[in-house]
Amino acid sequence: MKLKGWKEITPGATVTEPGSSKNFKTGSWRTLKPKFINENCIQCLYCWLFCPDMAVTVENGKMTGFNFEFCKGCGICALECPGKKGNKAIVMEEEGK
Amino acid sequence: MAKVVAVTGNEAVANALRQIDPDVCAAYPITPQTDMMQRFSSFVSDGKVGTEMILVESEHSAMSACIGASAAGGRVVTATCGPGLALMWEMLFVASGLRLPIVMPVVNRSLSAPLNIHGDHSDAMGARDSGWIQLWSENAQEAHDNTIQAFRIAEDMEIRLPVMVCLDGFIISHSIERIEYLEDNEVKNFVGEYKTLNPLLDLEHPVSYGPLILPDYYMEYRRAHAEIMSKVPDVVLDVAKEFEKLSGRKYGLFETYRLDDAEIGIVILNSAAGTSKDVIDEFRDRGIKVGLLKPRLFRPFPYEEIGDSLRHLKALCVLDRADAFGGSYGPLFIDIASSLYSFKKKPVLINKIYGLGGRDYLPEHAELALNELVEIAKTGKVKVIKEYIGVRE
Repeated sequence: MKLKGWKEITPGATVTEPGSSKNFKTGSWRTLKPKFINENCIQCLYCWLFCPDMAVTVENGKMTGFNFEFCKGCGICALECPGKKGNKAIVMEEEGK
Repeated sequence: MAKVVAVTGNEAVANALRQIDPDVCAAYPITPQTDMMQRFSSFVSDGKVGTEMILVESEHSAMSACIGASAAGGRVVTATCGPGLALMWEMLFVASGLRLPIVMPVVNRSLSAPLNIHGDHSDAMGARDSGWIQLWSENAQEAHDNTIQAFRIAEDMEIRLPVMVCLDGFIISHSIERIEYLEDNEVKNFVGEYKTLNPLLDLEHPVSYGPLILPDYYMEYRRAHAEIMSKVPDVVLDVAKEFEKLSGRKYGLFETYRLDDAEIGIVILNSAAGTSKDVIDEFRDRGIKVGLLKPRLFRPFPYEEIGDSLRHLKALCVLDRADAFGGSYGPLFIDIASSLYSFKKKPVLINKIYGLGGRDYLPEHAELALNELVEIAKTGKVKVIKEYIGVRE
């Protein structure tokens, strides 16, 4: 992305384009990566609800995985996941493992 | 038609705010500002204005609430002084950085410790580089007129910056003077309808305020702010011209008094300028060519215009009602010296620190400075560049 000069920016750093954070990829911040274990998932969608970066992908009302262009690896999804019979459907693994 | 009244500086400014009828006011009481906001909140309680008055738990919260209300799209006012302004410090930069046209009378007061509630410029001088515009006022009339003009300057679509209107604590805020009010509709028409710029409450055009700006963009925003500051003096003059048509009172970037043909002069801010003018008249009667310059627009500081008005003098004394501890000279002196720096021929400069914590500035103090300037103009010799006056040894 070409960086703008000081004459082209909006007054007071106000963001006037809704949803423009889509252009700002944060996936490279990650050191831990969530791993999805489908057989333990009860489709409660807590992960989708709690994810601060809207990086949980849902299709036809079902959790299908993660958008790793935006997932920062914070681990909130894994923490909130109730799993099935004590087995988590999301676990955090070291990036690059 | 102008109405002549006898009122205090606080009352005059509160009345101007009543006439302007801003959308939101968030304020916290602090002496000597208390009486101004108390009067204004009475206007709110009595239904004289439609302003939403927000009572907050501190000045930090007052400015925070003002920032939210201004970003939402309202015309916003608050007022403070001394330690209250100091507590706002963090949020002052947020208000100016977000380019929000908030207007804030600052009733100049000293900073603690030692605890003191009286007139002193340490508060506003500390905030002079916070990205706000600063207008300084000699008396109640100027504080009143500057308040009305401040809204036009702040809200100019090319500017959109917050403005402080400075007036001396107690000396002006609590003394009764004869001043002229404008009619309510005249002030309303002069200030005009509030125009929004990217308001948060415009749901058709959603915006975000206050995003994280990393090193790849931060400097561009600072450069843009500097550019806007350079446009302020022209807007201040345009607004002043229009205000003169309405009121008959003339304002500029600064006021000069018997300065054009003067050989020696003094530079001084706010109420002490009035006392100095009387002493200048006495010296003129004795055939001594003295003059005065009183800055009005202190931020942005009109370096070129002020330097140009002072360069012809032989000797010049800058009087500061604040000191810069550990710095070389008082804050006003530093800017005046900078404004003259580029000229080959310039006056010899001295700096006097006076009136801290409400210590009276008396005619004899102006006489002392002027007598010293007469000697310097004659001999070219300076005994001491900076000293405190009116202080016990």
